[in-house]
Amino acid sequence: MITAGIDCGAKNTKTIIMKDGTILGRASVLTGFDQREAVKASLAAALEKTKLNRSELDHIGGTGSGSRSIEEADVKVNDIKAITTAANYFFPRARTVADVGAEGGRAAKFDEKGSVEDFAINEKCAAGAGAFIEAMSRALETELEDLGPLALTSDKSIPMNAQCAIFAESEVVGLIHAKTSKKDISRAIHDAMASRIASMIRRIGVNPDVVMLGGVAHNPGFVEALKRELQVDQVYIPEGPEFGAAVGAAIVAAQTAK
Amino acid sequence: MADDKKPEFWRWAETNWVNPDIKWQDAELLTGGIDVGSVSSQAVIMADGELYAFGNRRTGSDSPTSAQDALNFALEKTDLPQGKVHYFIGTGYGRVNVPMADRTVTEIACHAKGASFMYGSAVRTVLDVGGQDIKAIRCDDKGKVTNFLMNDKCAAGTGRGMEVFADLLGVPIGDVGPRSFEVAKEPPPVSSTCVVYAKSEATGLLRKGWAVNEVLAAYCAAMAARIYSLLERVGVEPEFAITGGMAKNIGVTQRLRKLMGLEPLKTAYDTQLAGAMGAALFGLALCQKGKGRKG
Repeated sequence: MITAGIDCGAKNTKTIIMKDGTILGRASVLTGFDQREAVKASLAAALEKTKLNRSELDHIGGTGSGSRSIEEADVKVNDIKAITTAANYFFPRARTVADVGAEGGRAAKFDEKGSVEDFAINEKCAAGAGAFIEAMSRALETELEDLGPLALTSDKSIPMNAQCAIFAESEVVGLIHAKTSKKDISRAIHDAMASRIASMIRRIGVNPDVVMLGGVAHNPGFVEALKRELQVDQVYIPEGPEFGAAVGAAIVAAQTAK
Repeated sequence: MADDKKPEFWRWAETNWVNPDIKWQDAELLTGGIDVGSVSSQAVIMADGELYAFGNRRTGSDSPTSAQDALNFALEKTDLPQGKVHYFIGTGYGRVNVPMADRTVTEIACHAKGASFMYGSAVRTVLDVGGQDIKAIRCDDKGKVTNFLMNDKCAAGTGRGMEVFADLLGVPIGDVGPRSFEVAKEPPPVSSTCVVYAKSEATGLLRKGWAVNEVLAAYCAAMAARIYSLLERVGVEPEFAITGGMAKNIGVTQRLRKLMGLEPLKTAYDTQLAGAMGAALFGLALCQKGKGRKG
């Protein structure tokens, strides 16, 4: 059976195409202001990569904050179900997953079948989402991609007082004025963000193996900060973590088609 | 960050004033209140409990300098030397770093005291919307705090949030209120609480063809709703007064008045001075009890 999972997120719309539990191909496009268009473009790009026709897809699962705009979806997959299914697919031993995207963060606990036991969501506040690091990279006048690696070069931990992204921007400017080095500020930014995600994970209880999904998992500064905060040696990140929820949606699509 | 060449729409006017009817030499007690906030700093001098002079400026990068700048600004139009002031009280976010302060008092206490003076002793509920926080304070007829709630963790509903919007939409901060009423029909409020997300939402609304004034209306309404939820939690008892910079934004205050079904009191004083005036009044009370520096 061939299925597709489409995750219409705040920033990017991702499509995964799977056949009998194997990923055939994937594509990601900017969501922009027209979610409908982004969904169409994302699906078309994934089909093109896999050299498949739309008619060859047996079932399509849709998820993400813009899932309303996925008219192609045969089944709507809840955000939490999507990430626990994906985490269970990539790392069968894991029991906890955190998904941090551009405009939201989610954490969930699940059993050996990937069924959800408990979860926590933040979609209201930028302080626990990729948008936080993005805003800080602007304040620090550093490219977003450079911010994480820069944090890794710091060995100094400076606490940030502000929780709010808007207030943190002013605090970063204050730190710059106080001649704090960019690498130390960068680490402080990631530590602050990691502490918020960690507290969300702790609220539902940490199981030893933690999987991280979502675009923020690409940021090594954040991943290191999260490991420090959770006091674990490793967090498990699949290749292409931003496609996590789409993978989950494709798997659920296959399960529901049966 | 605002580019140097880009106009800074959030920048409000700094002001200072001296009371022409008062000769400081005739006063028995001169007390100063200095309120170093996260965004603005005020210094007032009171002569026997009457407002003699004030200065209101943006807070700089450090509190001691901001405190001194605000005080210098207040004294600028007077011939009063700083050393003639009998007692200074520091308050606000940066109060521990006010170098000339003989004592500090929390901004909650000062705002209640100041509001009670500015609006009269009938005030029972004071809303202070500052640069980086919102305080909902209940007080008695002496301006003594009986209960309060505060949000200082999140920019939603604070002056800083409004500054961000003024900048985003290219509207001078003083024009936001009046322009928010220049709409054919009141739009629904911006739905995102977080200022970061509200910004993206606003950009989306503009793309959909909303006029700038409509977006301003939607944001003022969202801000009023946010502030109202804090007031509801502390419980509102009339009379009701608003202090802080946001009191000057009719876009928010009039929508808040509608939500509350309660008319806020009016004052001739600058609403940003409440904290500093409260501080100066605490200084006066201390001096009168003989606890002051000089008699």
